[in-house]
Amino acid sequence: MPSEVVRGKRAALFFAAVAIVLGLPLWWKTTETYRASLPYSQISGLNALQLRLMVPVTVVFARESVPLDDQEKLPFTVVHEREIPLKYKMKIKCRFQKAYRRALDHEEEALSSGSVQEAEAMLDEPQEQAEGSLTVYVISEHSSLLPQDMMSYIGPKRTAVVRGIMHREAFNIIGRRIVQVAQAMSLTEDVLAAALADHLPEDKWSAEKRRPLKSSLGYEITFSLLNPDPKSHDVHWDIEGAVRRYVQPFLNALSAAGNFSVDSQILYYAMLGVNPRFDSASSSYYLDMHNLPHVINPVESRLGSSAASLYPVLNFLLYVPELAHSPLYIQDKDGAPVATNAFHSPRWGGIMVYNVDSKTYNASVLPVRVKVDMVRVMEVFLAQLRLLFGIAQPQVPPKCLLSGPKSEGLMTWELDRLLWARSVENLATATTTLTSLAQLLGKISNIVIKDDVASEVYRAVAAVQKSAEELASGHLASAFVASQEAVTSSERAFFDPSLLHLLYFPDDQKFAIYIPLFLPMAVPILLSLVKIFLETHKSWKKPEKTD
Amino acid sequence: MAAAMPLALLVLLLLGRKGWCLAEPPRDSLREELVITPLPSGDVAATFQFRTRWDSELQREGDTDHYFLRYAVLPREVVCTENLTPWKKLLPCSSKAGLSVLLKADRLFHTSYHSQAVHIRPVCRNARCTSISWELRQTLSVVFDAFITGQGKKDWSLFRMFSRTLTEPCPLASESRVYVDITNYNQDNETLEVNPPPTTTYQDVILGTRKIYAIYDLFDTAMINNSRNLNIQLKWKRPPENEAPPVPFLHAQRYVSGYGLQKGELSTLLYNTHPYRAFPVLLLDTVPWYLRLYVHTLTITSKGKENKPSYIHYQPAQDRLQPHLLEMLIQLPANSVTKVSIQFERALLKWTEYTPDPNHGFYVSPSVLSALVPSVVAAKPVDWEESPLFNSLFPVSDGSNYFVRLYTEPLLVNLPTPDFSMPYNVICLTCTVVAVCYGSFYNLLTRTFHIEEPRTGGLAKRLANLIRRARGVPPL
Repeated sequence: MPSEVVRGKRAALFFAAVAIVLGLPLWWKTTETYRASLPYSQISGLNALQLRLMVPVTVVFARESVPLDDQEKLPFTVVHEREIPLKYKMKIKCRFQKAYRRALDHEEEALSSGSVQEAEAMLDEPQEQAEGSLTVYVISEHSSLLPQDMMSYIGPKRTAVVRGIMHREAFNIIGRRIVQVAQAMSLTEDVLAAALADHLPEDKWSAEKRRPLKSSLGYEITFSLLNPDPKSHDVHWDIEGAVRRYVQPFLNALSAAGNFSVDSQILYYAMLGVNPRFDSASSSYYLDMHNLPHVINPVESRLGSSAASLYPVLNFLLYVPELAHSPLYIQDKDGAPVATNAFHSPRWGGIMVYNVDSKTYNASVLPVRVKVDMVRVMEVFLAQLRLLFGIAQPQVPPKCLLSGPKSEGLMTWELDRLLWARSVENLATATTTLTSLAQLLGKISNIVIKDDVASEVYRAVAAVQKSAEELASGHLASAFVASQEAVTSSERAFFDPSLLHLLYFPDDQKFAIYIPLFLPMAVPILLSLVKIFLETHKSWKKPEKTD
Repeated sequence: MAAAMPLALLVLLLLGRKGWCLAEPPRDSLREELVITPLPSGDVAATFQFRTRWDSELQREGDTDHYFLRYAVLPREVVCTENLTPWKKLLPCSSKAGLSVLLKADRLFHTSYHSQAVHIRPVCRNARCTSISWELRQTLSVVFDAFITGQGKKDWSLFRMFSRTLTEPCPLASESRVYVDITNYNQDNETLEVNPPPTTTYQDVILGTRKIYAIYDLFDTAMINNSRNLNIQLKWKRPPENEAPPVPFLHAQRYVSGYGLQKGELSTLLYNTHPYRAFPVLLLDTVPWYLRLYVHTLTITSKGKENKPSYIHYQPAQDRLQPHLLEMLIQLPANSVTKVSIQFERALLKWTEYTPDPNHGFYVSPSVLSALVPSVVAAKPVDWEESPLFNSLFPVSDGSNYFVRLYTEPLLVNLPTPDFSMPYNVICLTCTVVAVCYGSFYNLLTRTFHIEEPRTGGLAKRLANLIRRARGVPPL
């Protein structure tokens, strides 16, 4: 073969080699979207996370509560663990770690006082217990601290009293009773099902479970007075005093669950969207239960709730019906007027109808001055607030005496239950967000991950792991804080606008840029390679033939 | 979703103080008024004012620190119903009673001039200013055109203007009034007739001239009871005289001059038409950063002579951060025109900073003139509580002059725009050049030349032979 041809072939091959070996990787490297490294393996590990919720219980035995030889075995620790059956990808196990010990002298003294309230007052002196932990006192079978037929008592702060038994299997029987009481005060299946209501598949219980608000860093509570008829009613309400007296102590007790801010307004000429019907039997107007969902929408536009703050808003409305529709009652499904004349809407707030006393119209000079009885109104609003936060009635074991509520309206272990539920909900939300982000990145190649987004993801993963550890070791307060941090970081990473910088880059623009450059370059190389290959193939065949 | 549930009530314990020892919190006070001014051209101007005042327990911490003052303006924004609706929501009796019944969007935006404002400010309640109230003042001004809205007829009524009439006052208002300007037409009652005839009139000096207003008070039961609704009518008995309206003592104009897309000159003309009094004017200019002002070319001339301002404050612009701020105190001689001009250069913006229609131009915000204009007629100082709201809009401190704030027109300036198809052109060009050069180089290196025997055949020759055979001519 003439040397020219050989030289030409070598040049073509060299061009091809340079283009493929040097050019292709260089082009690939310089045109890929920037993605900082993310802990994909850890994120997929989060899905299979095993949540272990530990409740540390201290059990204190008084002198006559259990047989003597059993008392010799004290102090020791018993663990009771069971799995919560939920159809959720994360397995949740509930663990009650009971530390048994003998009672100290001052505790013996307190437990032998006359009534439970005195005993509690005396036992209250040492420092406040950590969140999530409980103390159960076991008293003798015939003690007069509790009424005769009651086997246990649940106090307003994190204490409970259980009757002991003189029996061979004393520890087992008492252990079961203690677990029942402890479950009522901390974690039961329905609490966790309510917390994970948005993540579980729908079933017949979900309507009840969707009532409480979703977990958030803070909440805004708005009290509004609606006066549709200012010509007839001149309504005054001392909302500042009422908030200071009733709502603020309740919110202070709840302050571990988030930041709260309260404001109030008065709206005039705000009508309900529904015309009430007249009931001639009682000569009053009524609103049927079926009409209630239509009441909220026309009022909602005037409330200004979206302008208030970034946090979710709870609206509490007090409606003073107009003179033409007074008095106005709300009827439940049986046709009987509701006692409190109020109703609430899940995740939104509550409405109460305040009827003006007909005696005030006697003077017959309009407008009539109406002074709102704030005690009646705040009772209803606080009860609705409890329901909207998901502080439901506990499942009390049989023959158990539940103490009366504290003056703030919230028992300390109810707050603990809320924190447990919120922690689990936060962890579920954070895990879902991180998993969705990882899946999206796998599917769409155009998403940019900058360094600060990556650091948020790392922080979120670390916070989820820390929160799970703290839950397993029983530190509820730090676990809740870590879970909130996990949710905030994961949401910040997921909704960062820098992810979308190249998302909608049209494909045809890419082709328009590359084709004029690469096509003239690649076509001669490819044609030469094809020619070289064909000739080599022919020359291989020829020696075969001649041979 | 909603369920009326029997709620388990909590028993609340009253903590702490018992009883209601707090004094009754003071009520907000609302005043509303409407001023109707018939203009000599046959148009009519209507101005609504709503003032809400409420007390607060905040203490005033001394004077406002001027480092916290901000001035922001969007030069070209069209006002529409979306701006009116939240403005109306701030009124207590919105659209249901009182003067706000007249605020219907389809009539209010069918006008040749529309202006809305919200002012919030603290007001001292006592002399030492230890307790303050907050005042929210909302104003809305419209001018109804005789030809567009009125269809050529110059008679006006509330129903014609707003398609509504007034029925009842707002129960929450302490004052609800309509004022009609009958200054030039009071004496003879032959030019303009106002129906129903007013029972009271109000006289005062507004903006330096004496004016008389007819008052219709909605709280006056006699007025409403007669006809159940109030529809004020203005009838021109005789066509209004075509005299030019009096020129205000201070007015201004602004324009851009120059040619080309590199340089220009920004000029403001300030007119002082007072026959013998000179007064100072504070001129505030915010010019966007992409018009690079040259402050050494700032010239102020009045009556042909140079006029040196007594105070200049200039804050240069920073690219893409803040605009130019120029503030000057200029003394305007009597009966003169003052020209303030400054030269500028137009900047070239980055490719992504242009608006979707860059050849429309870029807006320059209006300049603000503030002045204490001397009045011809002495006026008594305003009593904030007694006098109507429109009187306190232009406050008078000592009776011999009144405060006025004027805005000039916004300007439209063209910036040099690049050719937006250039990136595509560049790509195409470079790709073509690269392909051509590379192709030649490649061919040079890899192509080999060898001599080839001429082939008998070829498509052209065969086609030619076919035609020859058809013609009967011997083949090639």
